[in-house]
Amino acid sequence: MMSSLELRPQGDREIVMICSFDAPRQLVFDAFTKPELVARWMLGPEDWTMPVCEMDVRPGGKFRWIWRHATKGEMAMSGTYHEVHPPSHIVHTERFDEPWSSGDALVTTRFEEADGRTTVTQIMLSESTEARDGMLASGMESGVKRSYERLDEILSQ
Amino acid sequence: MQRAARIDATFAALADPTRRAILALLAKGEKSVMELAEPFEMSQPAISKHLTVLERAGLISRGRDGQRRPARLEPKALAEATGWLEDFRKTWERNYERLDELLEEMKKKR
Repeated sequence: MMSSLELRPQGDREIVMICSFDAPRQLVFDAFTKPELVARWMLGPEDWTMPVCEMDVRPGGKFRWIWRHATKGEMAMSGTYHEVHPPSHIVHTERFDEPWSSGDALVTTRFEEADGRTTVTQIMLSESTEARDGMLASGMESGVKRSYERLDEILSQ
Repeated sequence: MQRAARIDATFAALADPTRRAILALLAKGEKSVMELAEPFEMSQPAISKHLTVLERAGLISRGRDGQRRPARLEPKALAEATGWLEDFRKTWERNYERLDELLEEMKKKR
């Protein structure tokens, strides 16, 4: 059985996701890198299919993912692999086609095995115009989510 | 502003502890720049810079009360950013549940 999913913002532009699975690292790595397997699980919420799942998993290789919903239409994502180190980690960039997308995200995915269980850590760093404009102070405090919760408490008083 | 860019701006605005503290103060009621500078022992221009970042992120709005231009909280923008994160979490919980089932199948086939 899998562990629960740990998901939290980190700094001002990162999201970290950590989950572990009861499977050897090679199998988990395969599930992330073979298109016929990715199309079985990376479907998002219920009722979406993945009619297109093309992946050329090597440095410089590209991928193309298209999801389809019966009534909501399609969403498409493209990306490029930068580093591929089987079975330990992958670095790629990705972006949605849609105009609401805020540009490229840099994603680092690590696979670590202990006692037959594999922990997958994904760090998604999104591009931010505000960051490039230098509006941010250096040395960001992490734990934005905790801040939201604190503010929520105050706002609900 | 596009939704995703607005969420980025919200994250960026909230990443600063002074700005989070300003929002916490504004949750109690609107305040002028002068009223905000005092508890932080910061100059008014320094506070104004923070207010500009918060305003651009849609987290506060500025009133038109003459020169005072009081800052007030816009809680909907904050709620939108946290809502997005919860949607993202639900999506990936579902993805990983399916991955878990697939891995069980793959193990049997080995």
